[in-house]
Amino acid sequence: MHKVAIIDYDMGNLFSIQQACENVGLPAKITCLKSDIFRSSGVILPGVGAFAEAMKTLQERGLVDLIVDYIKLGKPFMGICLGMQLLFSESEEFSKSKGLSIFSGIVTKFPTVNNKGNSYKIPQVGWNMIKRSRYGGNEISWDRTPLEGQKNGEFMYFVHSYYCKPVDEKVILSVSNYAGIKYCSSLSWRNVFACQFHPEKSAKMGLEIYGKWAQIVKSY
Amino acid sequence: MSKNIRIIPRLDIKGPNLVKGIHLEGLRVLGKPENFAKYYYENGADELIYIDVVASLYNRNSLHDIIAKTAKEIFIPLTVGGGLRTIDDIRNVLRAGADKVSLNTAALKDPKIISEAARRFGSSTIVVAIEAIKQSDGRYLAYTDNGREYSGVEVLEWAQRVEALGAGEILLVSIDREGTGSGYDLTLTKMVSCAVSIPVIASGGAGNLSDITNVILEGCADAVCLASVLHYDFIKKQIVDKELFKIEGNIEYLKSGKSFSKIQTANLPEIKEYLHRFQVDCRHRVNAEAVHA
Repeated sequence: MHKVAIIDYDMGNLFSIQQACENVGLPAKITCLKSDIFRSSGVILPGVGAFAEAMKTLQERGLVDLIVDYIKLGKPFMGICLGMQLLFSESEEFSKSKGLSIFSGIVTKFPTVNNKGNSYKIPQVGWNMIKRSRYGGNEISWDRTPLEGQKNGEFMYFVHSYYCKPVDEKVILSVSNYAGIKYCSSLSWRNVFACQFHPEKSAKMGLEIYGKWAQIVKSY
Repeated sequence: MSKNIRIIPRLDIKGPNLVKGIHLEGLRVLGKPENFAKYYYENGADELIYIDVVASLYNRNSLHDIIAKTAKEIFIPLTVGGGLRTIDDIRNVLRAGADKVSLNTAALKDPKIISEAARRFGSSTIVVAIEAIKQSDGRYLAYTDNGREYSGVEVLEWAQRVEALGAGEILLVSIDREGTGSGYDLTLTKMVSCAVSIPVIASGGAGNLSDITNVILEGCADAVCLASVLHYDFIKKQIVDKELFKIEGNIEYLKSGKSFSKIQTANLPEIKEYLHRFQVDCRHRVNAEAVHA
């Protein structure tokens, strides 16, 4: 029996997410069936590609309400890359498109030139540091989140042109810097953990994140 | 903080073997690709590239088993290229566990495959390899089939076109420098990297550590491909099991036990240490304590 459902909507390398789950002892099934998803103790929403196209596919497969309902159940949920962005209210990718609205905020594009006139390659492709975010003058703790045990400034693998801007900054777990912008690179709120980077592509420290999330799933 | 440069081992694969040639010709067998890949992963490689070097020649792509095995053990991005001709070929390689595909011959023959693949799988999944040969008049032209076939297309024009078609990255290979250890083609790399807004991976020519910093600082490369510098270093460290290479290919080099004199070898931690000394940002080597803020 699978513990985790990886939502299949034809976006991204689902195989490597499955391998990462298995590596930390979480049997995972790639599926878009409602019964599979509700029977699982944790759900991963992956994603590579375009926001509007992804929302369209989720709608066609009847997955939009299902994801929102699953999150409301309070079971562990992880969004990765585009799977994080889709949790927001809207994206400015191409023309504006509406997301799953779990979080208020927009998804917006990196500038190709920063305020000092330096130009940046878009998408950001490669390794970047994640650092503890601050809220109300205090550093946010990573304890009891999937980032527990990570070094402040650990490197993770990113591929993206857009980043999330949550209205409620309390949810921001880590920040990263690119193109002169400090942005939200992971967030945590109740049962939801989401990251802009790909932990399944971030070598041993990325697998640690899966390991911590597996503990959360198993203890649920 | 500027961007972090990626160091990417490139594994040219023929049948079951890792091979290395000069100008992508005269292939020597160096060992089993799986062993090299695992070693590089554990030593801090930022990504890996697998190229089936004879695939377009024989119209085959036979890497699926090696890809699937890699995806089980190695948790960094894997780009796979060589002989991918159709959307189905691309889908199969991605299903086997690759994160990105590298297209060359098929893209030059029919550029529409770039936009179609980008639409279906996402731009960031599509790398276009450009194999450049410098002409006697100084122009750079793109070639196909590992530098064997002339296309008549200008490299710069092609690079801008592939970006417009939706490619996510360019793997820029200097066929002139490939396997020679005489340094990257800095003029070529800079020309392309400055003309596009997508990342450019420089490939072909690394013979020592300063070649790597040169192509980053002068050539404006966003990522660097390495083969000989790393492969010959790893070979020095392992006991070669000659029985393994009975099946296919030129194993004279391995049997001889010689080192390849034009290449100053290095391992990944040494390379990253060297880059840090030149203020080139990159992901720290495994277990390094220092965090560069």
